[in-house]
Amino acid sequence: MTSAIRKCTKFIVKNVNIMVNRSSSHFTYFPDEQQPIQGETVKMNMMQAINNAMDLTLKSDSSAVLFGEDVGFGGVFRCALGLQEKYGKDRVFNTPLCEQGIAGFGIGLATAGATAIAEIQFADYIFPAFDQLVNEAAKYRYRSGGLFECGGLTVRAPCGAVGHGGLYHSQSPEAFFAHAAGLKVVIPRGPIAAKGLLLSCIQDRDPCIFLEPKILYRSATEQVPVDSYTLPLGKAQLLREGDAATLVSWGTQVHVALEVADLARERLGAHCDVIDLCSILPWDQTTVCDSVKKTGRCLVSHEAPLTGGFGAEVAAAVQNECFLHLEAPVARACGWDTPFPHVFEPFYLPTRERLYDDLVKLLDY
Amino acid sequence: MMARALRNGVTFLRFNARRSTRLFSTHTRPEIENGIRIAEFPGAKAPYVTELNVLNEKTYDPIPIYRVLDKNGNVLISSEEPNIDKDTLLNMYKTMIQLYQMDKILYESQRQGRISFYMTNYGEEGIHVGSAAALSPEDLVFAQYRETGVLLYRGMTVTELVNQCYGNHEDSGKGRHMPVHYGSKQHNIVTISSPLATQMPQAVGAAYAYKRQPANERCVICYFGEGAASEGDAFAALNFAATLECPVILFCRNNGYAISTPSSEQYRGDGIASRGPALGLQTIRVDGTDALAVYNAVRRARELALQNKPVLIEAMAYRVGHHSTSDDSTAYRPAEEINKWTTEESPINKLRLYLERKGIWDAESDKAFAKEARNSVVRSMQEAERKQKPHWKEMFEDVYYDMPPSLQKQMKQMEEHLKKYNEKYPMNQFQPE
Repeated sequence: MTSAIRKCTKFIVKNVNIMVNRSSSHFTYFPDEQQPIQGETVKMNMMQAINNAMDLTLKSDSSAVLFGEDVGFGGVFRCALGLQEKYGKDRVFNTPLCEQGIAGFGIGLATAGATAIAEIQFADYIFPAFDQLVNEAAKYRYRSGGLFECGGLTVRAPCGAVGHGGLYHSQSPEAFFAHAAGLKVVIPRGPIAAKGLLLSCIQDRDPCIFLEPKILYRSATEQVPVDSYTLPLGKAQLLREGDAATLVSWGTQVHVALEVADLARERLGAHCDVIDLCSILPWDQTTVCDSVKKTGRCLVSHEAPLTGGFGAEVAAAVQNECFLHLEAPVARACGWDTPFPHVFEPFYLPTRERLYDDLVKLLDY
Repeated sequence: MMARALRNGVTFLRFNARRSTRLFSTHTRPEIENGIRIAEFPGAKAPYVTELNVLNEKTYDPIPIYRVLDKNGNVLISSEEPNIDKDTLLNMYKTMIQLYQMDKILYESQRQGRISFYMTNYGEEGIHVGSAAALSPEDLVFAQYRETGVLLYRGMTVTELVNQCYGNHEDSGKGRHMPVHYGSKQHNIVTISSPLATQMPQAVGAAYAYKRQPANERCVICYFGEGAASEGDAFAALNFAATLECPVILFCRNNGYAISTPSSEQYRGDGIASRGPALGLQTIRVDGTDALAVYNAVRRARELALQNKPVLIEAMAYRVGHHSTSDDSTAYRPAEEINKWTTEESPINKLRLYLERKGIWDAESDKAFAKEARNSVVRSMQEAERKQKPHWKEMFEDVYYDMPPSLQKQMKQMEEHLKKYNEKYPMNQFQPE
């Protein structure tokens, strides 16, 4: 490594830390306490849990490769740290700076039978690859009558608010992909979920987009099992149980919902179901609708803008499935219908105050 | 890099005095000029100069077009005549004729409304059989859509291709794709898709997967038109192939037109080939109407690719037919232009004359085989038309490896709906459960 690169590395790492430190105030992190499997655990942040999942994959699957922009030296968020040294330059490598190339290249690898883990540096920059992901990856098996498929492809991309990311380091593009039959779209809320869901995505027979809330890379820490384990795709997780209302969310926003549920319990004595959707596509209608049939009230929350956001899909399904059980209109607390702003981020995000206010209105309806 | 590649090419242009005085120092060895050392910028290995030079497409000689046969089917330089056995040569020629007959009949059948869409291959048959014969059947093919001859040469049958055009229940693609979007796992041909150039970075990725396999003897070939080469994915593919050193042949069919857009509105440089050396690719430009030249080019390219030296081939051709059945090309080009390429520069004629000179083919066998080829297409069509389309439930399969509950629910909804309204749907054209 040349000294220039080393300096650059230091700069990026330093700034990633600043990014996270400066901004972790819009939510309080609620670590997972339940372990998905028995056995030894180690304290890991989400970056380390993701690194661990990829390490286990590269170790057990000789066809697996990891690539993207700046992945060779460990990635700008350090998720690939140490993997090139361990598995060699032909398995963990830099590509030219071209997202459509990265996605297409990954599809080709998967078509030829390899396990491809592609990294898009920020989810904001996944749009140049939109054609490859929506027209190609999503439709590969269908259009070939099952002759060819690219299920070995997983595209990882850091997403979501980070405090000061502005327009192009903050986006949550999940709803754009939720409209593309054939893709799976997955978002974890912390280290344990990230490892289990990422391993599921990598092993799954369909192409997956794995969106990693970047603000959690260092701020979220849990005791993570060292062994390999998977968490099911297309399944939501019920994190709190109650009967007053159902709060549905994913990614960082799950922690906002958990905090609001605690506030409601303390201040109003109202107990809420809190559901982490985990998978956006296909999504777990059953868990959500069963909960709403019990509570009669539903609040969906996500960072992405309201209009055309995935909350609309959840709300429509809940309305359709739970019409006779609903005591109030389904509420949505989301980002505003604006680009993601820089200095206005505190006013843009669906904060605990906005969610709490929406929940009070929902309970009073 | 380009200057070096060109120095090894033809020299006659160098003697064009008017031109050579205009040529910049890229045509001489710059590092010995003025004793100037190579600069230390990490981005390029180049010397400093004190003269301000602005480069453009005329700075370099055009990349010459390699040919083996003249228009009468004579070998120009005997040392370049490939050593192809008689059966292979006949197979190449017969594939061209079979393709030509299939194109004629399926094009007509679309005009009669019997299939919804078709694209012919007229004028590009030499590219197909020349390249296909030079490859191993194990090599993976990514095609654009105008490479049906490659598929036929590989052993896909007329029946399989016709079934795909009809979308009947014997189509391995289950009737989901428009006509001419063929694919065959057995013959290592990745299913064609309509978005242009998307297959290019995919081909590079597949080649990378092959490269990592121990004792790899397979390469990947990816066909695309000169119009598709304008897509961002084309640049991605060329650049990824070079930097990641993949065993891939990126094969451009430059037929002069992308639907109605002539190549003069597609690019201003020296075609597609000039982009190869610029990106660090091994590059060949070849006469696409000369099946033997294409054969030699792809053979050499395959050797290089298997050393993980990716190759760009640009085969010059002319799109003799309309772009598709939805296009009338006389609206944007003169008929005389088309005539030249159907007579004196026809790839089929050239190979036929060559075979006749070699004494392994004659007018009589030509007539007989054309008839046989025509009959096999007509027979396949008659059978394909009688076959039902797949069961409607196939619409819901293969979206995912397992059908998600939401999709199962939608299939159930459709089933309930059809119970009530089946007389409103073309049920008898589709297979029953």
